[in-house]
Amino acid sequence: MEIDPLIFRLSIFILSIFVGYYVVWSVTPSLHTPLMSVTNAISSVIIVGAIIAGLSGNSDSVFNTSSIFGFLAIALAAINIFGGFLVTQRMLAMYKKKKKDK
Amino acid sequence: MISANLSAIFYLVSGVLFILALRGLSSPETSRQGNLFGILGMIIAITVTFLSTGNFSTGFIFVLIFILAGGSIGAFIAYKIPMTAMPELVAGFHSLVGLAAVFVAISAFLNPEAFNLGTPGNIKLGSLIEMSIGAAVGAVTFSGSVIAFLKLQGIMSGSPITFKGQHPLNAIILISIVVLIYLLCSTQSSNLFWILLAVSFLIGFLLIIPIGGADMPVVISMLNSYSGWAAAGIGFTLENTALIITGALVGSSGAILSYIMCKGMNRSFFNVILGGFGATENALSSSTKEQRPVKSGNADDAAFLMKNASSVIIVPGYGMAVAQAQHALREMVDTLKKNDIKVSYAIHPVAGRMPGHMNVLLAEANVPYDEVFELEEINNDFANADVAFVIGANDVTNPVAKTDPQSPIFGMPVLDVEKCKSVLFVKRSLSPGYAGIDNDLFYKENTLMLFADAKKMTEDITKNL
Repeated sequence: MEIDPLIFRLSIFILSIFVGYYVVWSVTPSLHTPLMSVTNAISSVIIVGAIIAGLSGNSDSVFNTSSIFGFLAIALAAINIFGGFLVTQRMLAMYKKKKKDK
Repeated sequence: MISANLSAIFYLVSGVLFILALRGLSSPETSRQGNLFGILGMIIAITVTFLSTGNFSTGFIFVLIFILAGGSIGAFIAYKIPMTAMPELVAGFHSLVGLAAVFVAISAFLNPEAFNLGTPGNIKLGSLIEMSIGAAVGAVTFSGSVIAFLKLQGIMSGSPITFKGQHPLNAIILISIVVLIYLLCSTQSSNLFWILLAVSFLIGFLLIIPIGGADMPVVISMLNSYSGWAAAGIGFTLENTALIITGALVGSSGAILSYIMCKGMNRSFFNVILGGFGATENALSSSTKEQRPVKSGNADDAAFLMKNASSVIIVPGYGMAVAQAQHALREMVDTLKKNDIKVSYAIHPVAGRMPGHMNVLLAEANVPYDEVFELEEINNDFANADVAFVIGANDVTNPVAKTDPQSPIFGMPVLDVEKCKSVLFVKRSLSPGYAGIDNDLFYKENTLMLFADAKKMTEDITKNL
């Protein structure tokens, strides 16, 4: 009997939870705020679904109910992607070490 | 158009890059590179999606327009936002992820052919289950984050909103969500889908209103986790590896942060989620209130104490963020350092309104991160320090947590500030903190209260040094 592809996706999911668990415990507490903003940015990879939804209209009518929701989701996710990565970058640029010479 | 297998491999690559992005945050040196990995992962995921649909018609132009429109709003916010507003920003961003998940689910429900999920009214059962879970969690994330945002922004009162029968009501709604998903999957009725969304929005709202302002670190972390699970649910629907990996990463990340925050308050996750903390204890403490003598001083006294110290530990809290005192504080510390006084910073895990909030503010004020220490790293040093300078923190320094088993905060890890030779406590008044209890520290022999705005007091001390 063939294994349902769902099982493979479930395996990826479970293993990723474990990877996430160990990776996040190794994040230094002083970077917990950037951690939240960057997780925010990466979870907006949901934009891939939004793009498929947005392109679901045919060439005659780009907009139908389904694709409009897709376009809205694209805009929301894009705010998050740009906002999330850039604000993380801005924060991380502020973390500096003590100057050696004094 | 590229093959499904090839695009699946690229999605895997972008998932791995996201793991590396989080991995980079293990130290500030590697973190910037990590962020670049994250950006690269995102670019790969988006590009592959374009290539795999192979649709570069008018629709594609609109997709680009919407990406650019959203992107410029996002970039604008990212550059303008003051660092003190990070908790609100993150809560706002969470709500967008939640809403995007809801929209994608709606779109997939209305037009399943575009996603290869079957036809309207006859969607594959597995996909429908995944879709409805993703949509429900997304809706909870959205409305919950909106409430958290309003509370953090001060538009809505930060105090817990409770009413009779709240918990039974929430329980009934949660059960009805499960029932609705079951019915939706057996009937494929679109009405049920809309009702499911409405009920999920409602429960997100109801879950967050009873939770008070200082519990926001837990709430934000929890919503972070939810946004991850919502993304994962949609990832299963779309059979997309990048989305599944990311959802799992973000979900566990938020869960771990919630756990760390709860531990920092010695409270169980359910105790926080059920809410109402601080509302009941208030009445209790006012009835037993007694007048006890406090020593108060001015900037001159504080400057004198610090000038004669050889080591000073600074304990910042949410009040520092409110007063925007981080830059003034850094200037004070610079002056102290010129006088060869050793200065370090002690950060409690739940200081501020989100995990790591204080660290970001200090970094913004150019405080080197190797002068900033976590509770367990620095707690033993208080006994050897001359002066502890508490600015905007309260409950996290309260020795009652160690001595009084009756106290609501008993058992919470606190900074051993009272062990310092002298304690300078900057505060507007003697009013109790979030937990609604008096801070014993105010009345200690070695405590000098500095009643003033945190920023103004810090500037005055600098002048007097």
